[in-house]
Amino acid sequence: MFTSRPATGSLAASIHNLHKQYVLGGETVHALRDVSFDVPRGDYISIMGPSGSGKSTLLNLLGCLDTPTSGNFFLGDLDVAAIDDDHRAEVRSTLIGFVFQSFYLLPALTVVENIEVPLLYSGRLDREARQRAIHLAEQVGLGSRLGHRPTQLSGGQQQRVAIARSLVNDPRFLLADEPTGNLDSQTTTEILELLDNLNKEGRTILLVTHEPEVAEHTKRKIVLRDGRVQIDERMRPC
Amino acid sequence: MLAWWRTIRLSIKELMLHPLRSSLTVLGIFIGVSSVIWLLAIGEGIGRKAEEQIVDLGARNIILNTVKPSGDQAGEGLYGVTREDFRRLKNTLEGHLERTVPIRALSKEFGRGPRTMEGRLVGTTAGFLEVMRMDVEEGGRFFAPIDSIEERPYCVLGPEARNELVPYGDPIGATVRIGDEFYEVIGVMKQKKSHSSDEKIKTDDYSKDIYIPIETFWRRIGDVIITTGSGLFKRDIVEVSQIVLEVQEQDQVLEMAQVVQDTLAAEHTMPDYTMTVPFELLEQARTTRLLFIVFLGMIAAISLVVGGIGIMNIMLATVTERTREIGIRRALGAKRHDITRQFLIESIVLSTIGGLLGIAAGLTCPLLASPVRRTLFYLFPSQMAALPEEIRNVEPMLVTWSIPLSLAIAVAVGVLFGVYPAMKAAQLDPIEALRHE
Repeated sequence: MFTSRPATGSLAASIHNLHKQYVLGGETVHALRDVSFDVPRGDYISIMGPSGSGKSTLLNLLGCLDTPTSGNFFLGDLDVAAIDDDHRAEVRSTLIGFVFQSFYLLPALTVVENIEVPLLYSGRLDREARQRAIHLAEQVGLGSRLGHRPTQLSGGQQQRVAIARSLVNDPRFLLADEPTGNLDSQTTTEILELLDNLNKEGRTILLVTHEPEVAEHTKRKIVLRDGRVQIDERMRPC
Repeated sequence: MLAWWRTIRLSIKELMLHPLRSSLTVLGIFIGVSSVIWLLAIGEGIGRKAEEQIVDLGARNIILNTVKPSGDQAGEGLYGVTREDFRRLKNTLEGHLERTVPIRALSKEFGRGPRTMEGRLVGTTAGFLEVMRMDVEEGGRFFAPIDSIEERPYCVLGPEARNELVPYGDPIGATVRIGDEFYEVIGVMKQKKSHSSDEKIKTDDYSKDIYIPIETFWRRIGDVIITTGSGLFKRDIVEVSQIVLEVQEQDQVLEMAQVVQDTLAAEHTMPDYTMTVPFELLEQARTTRLLFIVFLGMIAAISLVVGGIGIMNIMLATVTERTREIGIRRALGAKRHDITRQFLIESIVLSTIGGLLGIAAGLTCPLLASPVRRTLFYLFPSQMAALPEEIRNVEPMLVTWSIPLSLAIAVAVGVLFGVYPAMKAAQLDPIEALRHE
């Protein structure tokens, strides 16, 4: 069982020579070629690039939803590129928090219950779970909507629930896939402020986006093109 | 533990999202389970009734009946079981028999003053009450051995005979005319409950009988019966109409029956008697009942399988419909077996609810049996009349073990038919599943 112990070094993650290729319609597609970078703890990285550049593939690999064809991906001292399906699920539930473009809340569950879902899989569903979920809901400003269903919430509110859910296991990493892609500019600002604050509290965040103004919020910008890192630019100190 | 409880609650919530779909699925199992209980109860009811009838005859008894041999074989004169047979059987089986009761019966006219009736005159001995499971009313008595030995002119009335002949006052001590002779009443029989229906094991209607000691019968009535009518003169000579042998141990009955058979076969060249062994019938009835239960159980099992297929169908549809949800859960850290468990629990919840409701409906079986029967009689009078009496008037009896059994089967059906959809859900690739619209 993994626990989210703090990383021993100053690196939250480290990626070495990551390759990913798959066969699509008889043709071999090189989605990622030789991608390497380090993620220091507390970093705030935006990953950009045109569609087909490998952003999603990289995110799936970082999120342990997929395995690379070759290369290493260290989370702390664990090489998650080499572990099996159940093991990856464990990493997802303990070390990684996901925020998606379309929120991906479960419609049958209330706000609190949605926040609790990852606890069910990390084995931390104990008597205090409910308190923790409520506390997180309050942190993202939804303290008054605990019993609502996702369909009764606005897009911004749903994304707040999703963010609260991603934090419930206190992960090392927050992975956000176009978190503001489905939101209007007013809500986008609010959500980005929320992410900024989480980073200020020391949370390591990677977000995929194609909007430059979103990328402006982050400390470092990685641009992919044709599966390679084209630009890796630090805008603010980590 | 908390996680399991949470998963169960979650699955109920999921199922409540589609109430109609879920309840139709539950209906399949409900019908299966309640029909298991109903059919077994009906099978048990029919079997029990048949057994009761046989037990009425006495499971330890061997019954020999005199029958008239058919046309050409029959000479003029003596046929049937004889006093000699009776004596020989008594001696041969000495030590294995509880009691032996000879019976000689004949239609006669009874009378008392101006009242007359037709009835059956039965000559027998003291053991008759025990083997027939009958009893006399308070105040009277049946024959003592001495009555037989001394050939006393005593008689005991059947309940109907008493009502006809001595409607008022104390019958004990009254004088009754049988044929041309007079007998003193020493007792009255209690009404016997009869489970009779089947021809073969018919327990007779005893209510119009008058009983006298068999020695008295032999002395006063004799063996010769002469029947006359227009162009008809028939002479029958019968010594004993029926012998009931009660064996001491039930497991010796079949063996003793064989001995009886052999003993009599040597003396009887004509088929002028029959032997009935209720125990044998009992065995047969048990086998029949078992067959019945297996047969009905299979029908019910088929309906459970159909219900199971319904569950599988719905779960497969659900898995497809909830592919995205599966992807989300996988991304949030669910392992394959977490997904398997979730869907498996949903199908078990469905089948268990169906099972519990089915048991509740099954328990109403004894209450609903007679209204259902009446409705059927009303709707299909002629068809119902054509059914055998056992089936027409069956009283279903709940079989206790059918309740846990059918619940277990229902749960098993949920597991069996839930496993495949649940595995299918777990095998989905999380990335593909997340992309699913």
